[in-house]
Amino acid sequence: MHVEVTGLNKRFGEFQAVSSVSFSIAKGQLIGLLGPSGGGKTSILRMLAGLETPDSGDIVFHGQRVNDLPPQERGIGFVFQNYALFKHMTVEGNIAFGLEVKKWSKAKIKERVAELVELTGLSGFEKRYPHQLSGGQRQRVAFARALAPEPQLLLLDEPFAAIDAKIRHELRSWLREMIDRLGITSIFVTHDQDEAIEVADEIMIISKGVLEQKGSPWEIYKDPKTPFVASFIGESTIVENIASLKGFQEAANWPGTKALIRPEYIEIGKENEFTLLSATEIGQVSHIHFRGSEWLVEIQIGDTKLVTYRSLEKDVLKVGDEVHVLVHRAYLYNEQNNWVMENALKADLLSVYI
Amino acid sequence: MTNMLRSRWWSWGFRSAVMLYFVVLIVCPILGIYGQSLSGGWSSFLDNLTEPLAWNAVLLTVKLALVATLINVAVGTMSGWVLTRYRFPGRKLLNSMVDLPFALPTAVVGLMILLLLGPRSAVGKWADSLGFTILFHQPAIVVAMVFVTFPFVIRAVQPLLEEIDASEEEAAYTMGATKAKTFFRVILPNMMPGILSGAMLAFSRALAEFGAVVLVAGNIPGRTQVASVYIFGQIESDHPAAAAAVSVLLLTFSFVILWLVNYVQTRRTAR
Repeated sequence: MHVEVTGLNKRFGEFQAVSSVSFSIAKGQLIGLLGPSGGGKTSILRMLAGLETPDSGDIVFHGQRVNDLPPQERGIGFVFQNYALFKHMTVEGNIAFGLEVKKWSKAKIKERVAELVELTGLSGFEKRYPHQLSGGQRQRVAFARALAPEPQLLLLDEPFAAIDAKIRHELRSWLREMIDRLGITSIFVTHDQDEAIEVADEIMIISKGVLEQKGSPWEIYKDPKTPFVASFIGESTIVENIASLKGFQEAANWPGTKALIRPEYIEIGKENEFTLLSATEIGQVSHIHFRGSEWLVEIQIGDTKLVTYRSLEKDVLKVGDEVHVLVHRAYLYNEQNNWVMENALKADLLSVYI
Repeated sequence: MTNMLRSRWWSWGFRSAVMLYFVVLIVCPILGIYGQSLSGGWSSFLDNLTEPLAWNAVLLTVKLALVATLINVAVGTMSGWVLTRYRFPGRKLLNSMVDLPFALPTAVVGLMILLLLGPRSAVGKWADSLGFTILFHQPAIVVAMVFVTFPFVIRAVQPLLEEIDASEEEAAYTMGATKAKTFFRVILPNMMPGILSGAMLAFSRALAEFGAVVLVAGNIPGRTQVASVYIFGQIESDHPAAAAAVSVLLLTFSFVILWLVNYVQTRRTAR
């Protein structure tokens, strides 16, 4: 269903958990609420569910204001972080609970439960109790239970947090597929950016109760609207004195401007590896770490430290080696503004060294 | 020291000491009772048991203990709920007072009931005006039993209530369940093992109660004479075999209940 939230506020005692958050979500989208722990993501989710009452602001589902509706009447499904399965009921009992509450007929309940057991790949486990299931299976039961009463909106609170890394990967793509197939509007909370980027149609970055940016994963990566978003998504190093780097002298025009440079914006190598040698800086390798599939290299240029990756296929660098460093672009920000600046020398074809 | 404790001789010594203690203190007396009850042979054992006064006393005890247990299940579950779920001034004091019936000598309990419900007290007069007497009748026995076994259900239910995950309730709400439905379908089943084991302990304790009951029961054979008082009476009038026969009946009953409690609890921990 279509979800519209305007000016949502929530305060717990002295702590402002959520401050004037507004957004709208189109029907059938999968949205990831991403941000550091304790940033207010779960509070927003719980207010959408009706488990928490907002201090001010409107929550509108399908054009109807639901602020005063209890959770029972909102037509939502909620998957809890710890699954919150009913321990004394079997898998079947858990899935059927919402249907029994809604007074479905016995035959219809049986049919729907069988359908969901099939959908979530839990066939053969119907008679088991939650303590007899693995973490991934419990997660699926929680998912099936939330979906059973055919909710209009599915809310998931850190759905994969308690599952080990390997199975988490499988479950993620499984969830993505499942939601695509059902076409149900879904919102999930996570603090894991890989998860959000991989699964969500759109990401909402939330920090300290404020919605920093909403957009597709690619938009947020490419064009971060606030320094927080830029530093939170992907990896990056902060450079205090960006104007000292070749190609970014122009930055001196804006005093107090800092830069954020991602590892993938930087290229390093020996002299013969560059065609645009005039755009490169000379730096020294200060540390190298083996990262399993590549090298993580720290380079010192004057008093600036940069971090980048280097392919295992290229010559191995040693600490103390002199290398050429090409910074393709940097994300600049100051008190008033933020923008992406490309290396000015890269565009200058005349300086190509042959 | 730890090396010494780990040696085989020490561990053997400890185990034997504990076993011996157990045998001398618990097994021997119990076997003694079974022996005593059968000392006159099977026929006299059966005679002792089929004596109407004897089985009437046992039957009455079971009936009254059952009533007391039911009252405690209802009140105890509610008290446990209030003490864990609500925050109010005096809660801590109330919570620590729950154990008081365990600490009081049961004779004191009997005396308290005697003074509180006697014919000259306000409650006694009020009951009189309604046309019945409490003291020396069955209600007084039930009151004594309820008082003495009050803590069992509460203390068995409280830890279970604290264990219940709030999100389990919230999950039920999001699926459309009302508060009442959530209580009966989600919370009560979680509390059930505690209620059951608390009830069984309360029941077996009520069966066995003597001190509090002897002061307030009328001791009219067949009407207000409970089993423990009957046993006392038989010993007083030098009929140890009759006392032993009734004791064996109560003992066997207690064993069965203990075993049931154990069964319920192991089923719970297996979950």
